[in-house]
Amino acid sequence: MIAFLTLGAVGLGFWGYQEHREKNAVLINAENSYQRAFHDLSYQVDLLHDKIGTTLAMNSRSSLSPALAEVWRITSQAHSDVGQLPLSLLPFNKTEEFLSNTGNFSYKTAVRDLDKKPLSQKEYETLKVLYKQSGDIQGELRKTQNLVLKNNLRWMDVELALASGREKTDNTIIDGFKTVEKTVSGYDETDFGPTFTNLQKKDENFNKLEGRKISSREAAAIAKKYMNFDENARLKVTDNGNGSDYGFYSVSLKNKRSGQEASMDITKKGGYPIWFINSRAVKNQKLSLNDAGNKAAAFLKNNGFKNMEVFESSQYDNVGVFDFVTSQNNIRIYPESIKLKIALDDGSIIGLSAEDYLKTHQDRKFSSPVLSKEEARKKVNPKLKVMEERLAVIVNDLNEEVLCYELLGTLGNDSYRIFINAKTGVEEQVEKLKNAESVL
Amino acid sequence: MKKKKNQMNRLLIILLCFLTLMPLSATETFAFTGQVIQRGAVGDDVIELQSRLGYLGFFRGKIDGVFGWSTYWALRNFQDQFGLPVDGLGGATTKAKLVKASKYDYTGGGTTAKKASRPKKTTAAITPNGFSQNEIQLMANAVHGESRGEPYIGQVAVAAVILNRVESSNFPNTVSGVIFEPGAFTAVADGQIWLTPNATSKKAVLDAINGWDPTGSALYYFNPATATSSWIWGRPQIKKIGKHIFCK
Repeated sequence: MIAFLTLGAVGLGFWGYQEHREKNAVLINAENSYQRAFHDLSYQVDLLHDKIGTTLAMNSRSSLSPALAEVWRITSQAHSDVGQLPLSLLPFNKTEEFLSNTGNFSYKTAVRDLDKKPLSQKEYETLKVLYKQSGDIQGELRKTQNLVLKNNLRWMDVELALASGREKTDNTIIDGFKTVEKTVSGYDETDFGPTFTNLQKKDENFNKLEGRKISSREAAAIAKKYMNFDENARLKVTDNGNGSDYGFYSVSLKNKRSGQEASMDITKKGGYPIWFINSRAVKNQKLSLNDAGNKAAAFLKNNGFKNMEVFESSQYDNVGVFDFVTSQNNIRIYPESIKLKIALDDGSIIGLSAEDYLKTHQDRKFSSPVLSKEEARKKVNPKLKVMEERLAVIVNDLNEEVLCYELLGTLGNDSYRIFINAKTGVEEQVEKLKNAESVL
Repeated sequence: MKKKKNQMNRLLIILLCFLTLMPLSATETFAFTGQVIQRGAVGDDVIELQSRLGYLGFFRGKIDGVFGWSTYWALRNFQDQFGLPVDGLGGATTKAKLVKASKYDYTGGGTTAKKASRPKKTTAAITPNGFSQNEIQLMANAVHGESRGEPYIGQVAVAAVILNRVESSNFPNTVSGVIFEPGAFTAVADGQIWLTPNATSKKAVLDAINGWDPTGSALYYFNPATATSSWIWGRPQIKKIGKHIFCK
């Protein structure tokens, strides 16, 4: 009996030891991947500082362009390292923004023809500022790195401290990263010059909307156009939170009997629908995608969205999704897009997204194109077989609206959509149109 | 043993005979349904359309039952050559002309090798805006792990936050980078992301990718009942959906 128990105890002990060892191995593994990302980040910032420094001394296009491209590559590597560290609960936004702005600036200048348009004095100043700023960040990171190595600090402790909300506790790594962030926040907005556009989505906050402010009761009335009400439905209207850039009402509807739910956001100014979703189950298909498209077009017309034209339609199971854009004087205005979801069982509207439309819709005046159709055709790859063409307005890389010739065509087995600026002949955008993906 | 094998072979041959004979007995009564087929449609009518256009040599792609760009160009070329108005739609006149000009075997059994490879069902999926099926699946996993108890809108909202982060310069630039950013999502940290997602979460992801953002461009969300970080409470709050507060 005693022998049996002893054996059991030894076995248990061995099992416990084994477990402990395995757990340790996993922890070390996780710690190591954090360490790799951290030291790599520090290395990339070192490199970034050096590389920007070298560009300052360069003069010829042949050496400047590749160096700037290199800066762009390093910033994106550093950005990716940041994304692998457990910093998501720590304010580190400014530093990340610094990295992507630097990357964006260097990319824009790297791809520019510097022989025709050399770096301006202003851009040169920007590079100098970036050189100094990356130096500051490098210094702070090096300090932290040094402490981490000297005191054997573990990133696992950072993760634990942040996850448990004890980031105020004394933690060298957290403090170090907070200092970096503080340093970057202290910088004035760097002037990146006129060709620079922030990667951040430009938020226009529905400034172009017309109309007066509506009440919550009016919002409910507007929502009725989109949702089916009956006596079993419970309606709730809530105000937007304080942090929103614009005023809106959220209207939600819950039908107790059918379990159906629908929600909608409506702008306070003018009472326009931002989006709407009805999450009911859709039964078997009775309508074709084409019928549904006609219903969608009629719906838009009846609800005050004028001159809309469908340009993309797709069927997902029993639901049709349609992309509409404004068409003015036969010119498609791609920024003004509205998406609609139609149930193919009864043709009712189960979704609408008009955010882009509401943010960009306005009366536009077009200057007539400088290039002729034939001239635009000559600008595309001669191997492309053009099948369709029209005039269209798109937003280009520099965040400007430009009038373009839109050319749809095929090359080999693939289809392409190409936009040629109707004024300058610049190839503004080339898009390979996606084929359906085989089900695996 | 050998005898048995012979018997089996004979049975197989008889079966095969039946299979090849069957198409002959089928009459060509069920043609296209009445619908106008347009780009983006999926289903049997599209399979028939692709097969017929393929028979005439206009369509050279894989017959997959999804009316994509190559089918669209094939149909337009057909309309052009047969003197029809070129609109890229499979309407009544176009279909009638197509049925007249081409052969199509409705049973799917097929006598020639080419027809035999024709699928009976749609074999491809439309994926929106350059997202692959695997990416959609990964997002569905994250959405399911994070918000499976939430109302449908709440699930679309979580998917929208992932996409807003991909767009933002403050976060990694890929879906996987955003989802697996350490500490970003609790479902990733505690492994709930590896639960099998249901159809609802996938639907929610598709809605978000197709352009629905119920959050008002939020980058963060938290559950006020369980959030431990004081920092997250300091973010500007946009709205509340289900149990989650969405902020900038």
